[in-house]
Amino acid sequence: MNKPNPSASPAVRPSLSRTVTIVQASLEKRYRAEKRFRLLGLSAVVCALAFLAVMFADIIAKGHTAFQQTCLLLDLFVDPDVVHVGNLDQADYQALVKRSLEKHFPEVTGRQEKRELYGLVSSGAGVAVRHKVLEDTSVIGKTIAVWVPANDDVDMVIKGHVDRNLPESERRLGDRALGWIETLESQGRIAKKWNKTFFTAGDSREPELAGILGATVGSFYTLLVTLALSFPIGVAAALYLEEFAPKNRWTDLIEVNINNLAAVPSIVFGLLGLAVFLSFFGLPRSSPLVGGLVLTLMTLPTIIIAGRASLQAVPPSIRDAALSVGASRMQAVFHHVLPLALPGMLTGTIIGMARALGETAPLLMVGMVAFIVDIPRGLTDPATVLPVQIYLWADSAERAFVEKTSAAILVLLAFLIVMNAAAVYLRNRFERRW
Amino acid sequence: MPGMILLALLVLSSAAYVLGHRRVLRMVGGPARARTLASRPRYYGTYVALWCAVPALVLLVLWLFLEPVVLDQLVLRHLPDAYRNLPSERVSLLMNDIKNLAKGGIVSAQADPAVQEAAEHYRRLQALAKTALWGVVLSLSALGLHIGYRKIHVSFRARNQVEKVIQVFLVAASTIAVFTTIGIVFSVLFEALRFFRLVPWWEFLFGLKWSPQMAIRADQVGASGAFGMIPVFTGTLLIAAIAMSVAVPLGLLSAIYLSEYAPKGFRTAVKPILEILAGIPTVVYGFFAALTVGPMLRRLGESLGLSVASESALAAGLVMGIMIVPFVSSLSDDIITAVPNDLRDGSLALGATRSETVKRVVLPAALPGIVGGILLGVSRAIGETMIVVMAAGLAANLTLNPLAAVTTVTVQIVTLLVGDQEFDSPKTLAAFALGLVLFVVTLILNIIALVVVRKYREQYE
Repeated sequence: MNKPNPSASPAVRPSLSRTVTIVQASLEKRYRAEKRFRLLGLSAVVCALAFLAVMFADIIAKGHTAFQQTCLLLDLFVDPDVVHVGNLDQADYQALVKRSLEKHFPEVTGRQEKRELYGLVSSGAGVAVRHKVLEDTSVIGKTIAVWVPANDDVDMVIKGHVDRNLPESERRLGDRALGWIETLESQGRIAKKWNKTFFTAGDSREPELAGILGATVGSFYTLLVTLALSFPIGVAAALYLEEFAPKNRWTDLIEVNINNLAAVPSIVFGLLGLAVFLSFFGLPRSSPLVGGLVLTLMTLPTIIIAGRASLQAVPPSIRDAALSVGASRMQAVFHHVLPLALPGMLTGTIIGMARALGETAPLLMVGMVAFIVDIPRGLTDPATVLPVQIYLWADSAERAFVEKTSAAILVLLAFLIVMNAAAVYLRNRFERRW
Repeated sequence: MPGMILLALLVLSSAAYVLGHRRVLRMVGGPARARTLASRPRYYGTYVALWCAVPALVLLVLWLFLEPVVLDQLVLRHLPDAYRNLPSERVSLLMNDIKNLAKGGIVSAQADPAVQEAAEHYRRLQALAKTALWGVVLSLSALGLHIGYRKIHVSFRARNQVEKVIQVFLVAASTIAVFTTIGIVFSVLFEALRFFRLVPWWEFLFGLKWSPQMAIRADQVGASGAFGMIPVFTGTLLIAAIAMSVAVPLGLLSAIYLSEYAPKGFRTAVKPILEILAGIPTVVYGFFAALTVGPMLRRLGESLGLSVASESALAAGLVMGIMIVPFVSSLSDDIITAVPNDLRDGSLALGATRSETVKRVVLPAALPGIVGGILLGVSRAIGETMIVVMAAGLAANLTLNPLAAVTTVTVQIVTLLVGDQEFDSPKTLAAFALGLVLFVVTLILNIIALVVVRKYREQYE
């Protein structure tokens, strides 16, 4: 586009022709620089995208195995001395599992060895047996075949996360245990089953018994509080600032405040929650109520800014038309402007909620990091949320928690993708261009 | 229980709406003549419903916030003098015991008769408060209904009144942002000032040693010597600098490529994907930094003969930089697109290549805006918490070596405040002092950035 005309007229002055020569001499270099620059830009984009791809691939590779749980098939004699109709609920089912293991490996005798053998199954194996017995009490006194969850160390070996060829001192499972596992494998007594526990249980110290339901419910309650407060308040604030507020110092101050709050580090909101909601008002620690309040303050600026943008997009002719047929300003806004701006506001709200769902730091400050086994049943019960659960598991020493953490991340990302997709859909479906 | 009261209020105010609506129609002589009313009939209903619900709601909220405080005071006043003169943290422990006893829970120590009695007292008060709350809220609501019902008549301007109430709600909602800022400033400042009474501020700001774990008791010798924030702040700046040296080139170059070079299809496909990076929760980045990038850098360092700490500043900084890329790139993209095309066309017409146009015309014109965007990115990097909590260290080393482990302001706030905490100990209060520093620094960065960006926008509008 900027190549000089090759058939330049011969009548040019000498100085000009010299310029042309200089320019032409440097042209090749300049074009190379142009190409380099272009490649540099492209490689920056590719670099960012590659990072994203690597991160996703890494997390999926680490996490996909958590959706399956290694189970052992045991022939188990339901001893009527241990389980009878009177104690179905609190019988010692774990003892049945242990006896069955002893029967499978009669050569194991020493105390130490026996303990190692019991360690093959999860401490929650008895629960699987109990389910089986409760389903059909006629099995009492008979020998049944039950799939029981394996211990997390066995799980890791079966899934290949732990190398069997490592020297014994670097493994959590000894050579003996590996031998037992191989025996069971050769008998077809080891299989990977769909991990229901992961979706139906609360937190646990045992990786094979830990699940995300508690954290998911906690996230749900926290977001419920956030949504119930931040949507009406955010919409009201946007309406006031955009439609009613006089232009003066006070509204300027509010605007500066909102813009600034949107950029305040989230952990500072946590400090606010700790000092005001917990210490001053004495609201219950670790509760979704307090978490929701903190997240409300954090997401409000996002919602207000999005709300104002969508109000600005409504053309003034709508307002003028309503006013000219005798509507009050309030009526014009609530009956005509707000319905038109609402899709945009909802989009902003969903994006704000998605952010709130992924937020961790301020919730650490208000005590939502406790180890909570029970599934919360209300706004004031102690609870934790998905991202905090991820943080807690990431800190755990057991190798098996790595895959649980990655799987929890996948679940969290799935929620986020659904929310963002909803926002995009809403925007495309309802947003009008004027 | 508040849920039940809210439900009751909802039912009552719906009834109030119907009553008001009917009354005004009856007064005017049937729906056919409704158009002679000063306002439309439903405004009368709404007016009565507002009278019924709003005062009762305000009372309910106030009550719920104040009840615990008032109950504590009442119970404390009832205790023998020996308990009341305890230091404040012991008193709060005692209150916890009393509350647990009242709930029938487990108590930390053997409960003596006075505490037992206080617990009993507390339980009685709680039951009383519960009944009183129902009574007071419902009667206030009924009273409101009565007043509203009496007030309406045919020429009553119900719409203006209702709109006034809505207006008040709108104004109140818009001031919440201001109150949040005030709340942040006061809560952080107040606790920080208490900290500076224990540790002089110059030692905090200029001290070279940070080891809060040493100072469990305020009266310990040398307790105050361990609260120097310089190493913590240096660590923060080091990690932020690494992050920005990743984020600025990557973000700026991709913004330039996307806005100046990329074909339209590429741009529309890539922009949303870049924005995904901005939407990923930081805890995910933290996990990736701690479990993948950190060990990888360590192995890489080993193979090169360097000793890299497993929680090196480099790992946290690199991942944080990637997190900030979409932030820098989308802001720069907006600003580069806002540069008028006349400038570009002029430069191209003079024979400059595209890259020369970008480097010599577009970027200088967009520079203030880009600097503003970068400043916002720096403020993010300084305030970012989860990545550094998971991937950076805890020990405060005063070093600029990116391969060593450093700690940051946010990491220290989290470690000081998560877990067992005793209020009033310098350890806990130090977190608020760090919070104050964090807030002030990011505030200054944000304000400069916002002013710069705003000025820049005005320039081309």
